[in-house]
Amino acid sequence: MGWMAWTLPTAIFFGAIALILVGMTVWEIRSPCAERRGFLPIATTRGDRLFIGLLGSAYWHLLILGVTDWSIWIASLLSMLWLFAVMRWG
Amino acid sequence: MNKVHNNKAWWLVLPVFLLVAFSAIVPMMTVVNYSVQDIFDPSTRIFVGFDWYKQVLQDPRLHDSLLRQFIYSGCVLLIEIPLGIAIALTMPTKGRWASLCLIVMAIPLLIPWNVVGTIWQIFGRADIGLLGWSLNEAGIDYNYASNTMDAWVTVLVMDVWHWTSLVALLCYSGLRAIPDVYYQAARIDRASAWAVFRHIQLPKMKSVLLIAVLLRFMDSFMIYTEPFVLTGGGPGNATTFLSQTLTKMAIGQFDLGPAAAFSLVYFLIILLLSWLFYTAMTHADKNR
Repeated sequence: MGWMAWTLPTAIFFGAIALILVGMTVWEIRSPCAERRGFLPIATTRGDRLFIGLLGSAYWHLLILGVTDWSIWIASLLSMLWLFAVMRWG
Repeated sequence: MNKVHNNKAWWLVLPVFLLVAFSAIVPMMTVVNYSVQDIFDPSTRIFVGFDWYKQVLQDPRLHDSLLRQFIYSGCVLLIEIPLGIAIALTMPTKGRWASLCLIVMAIPLLIPWNVVGTIWQIFGRADIGLLGWSLNEAGIDYNYASNTMDAWVTVLVMDVWHWTSLVALLCYSGLRAIPDVYYQAARIDRASAWAVFRHIQLPKMKSVLLIAVLLRFMDSFMIYTEPFVLTGGGPGNATTFLSQTLTKMAIGQFDLGPAAAFSLVYFLIILLLSWLFYTAMTHADKNR
């Protein structure tokens, strides 16, 4: 795996993504979700909301890196809040 | 009665998943790993965190390329989608002419990208190219190698020449799938040609148009070979699009870290826009 140039932070990042996907699969098997409408302008399933939450998180990071000098942890904190809000009320 | 959910069919997706993992997911994970390191050679790497992202996001070259790319993709969609629909509507529906039209329309799609670039490079030259020579003889000062506007028009016309057929063929297949009863009902109602187009043909073409818009957007947003062969990104940087900037960075300067960060930003832009297109077009149906 040396050719993949792994680092500890990226390994943790991909591990977390894999865990989220496994968790979502188990959750879906245990209690299948139905489409619903929240504050997002479209009806979404749980998987849709995860996708929107993760994509939005990536853009929060890009925004803060691109236009501010803030710490990256602020972007990560905002992303967590965004992901939670989308999953809960989206 | 309780409905039984059997999810065993998901196992059939496994071969595709493994193939995609091998060809896309693992290479992409490698790009993510590269994007947070300064790579001198395969064994000498330094972790730099998000420094490369900061650098590329504040790079004016990237901003300029991104703006050019949006203008280019916007122009491609604005020209190719209506033109493809118009061509599909005028194509014969049956008989020998229909087959001939289909073959003629398919020919540009069979030509490799670099050959298309070469064809247009020669075609547009004022000394030996038919287009360039004709325009100059007609009194139009046309030179795609030195004039920015000429370069842009040539790159756009080349793309339209190469890819409008794809949109037209997709629309044609959509139009052929409309049952005749719809047209019979329209004739009974004495619907105008515009009403038939607006209320029958366009809604029925929606799914193929979705594919056409997505394919043309993604392809035009990632365009590399044709402008590279035709103009080399010039004059100046006038036709240097995102992928060419990226290639210069990755292969020309061997800046693998910044190039990897740039690729991921590029990927996120394509992912977001494709998702927006797809969602807007699929949800328009549900909201109706």
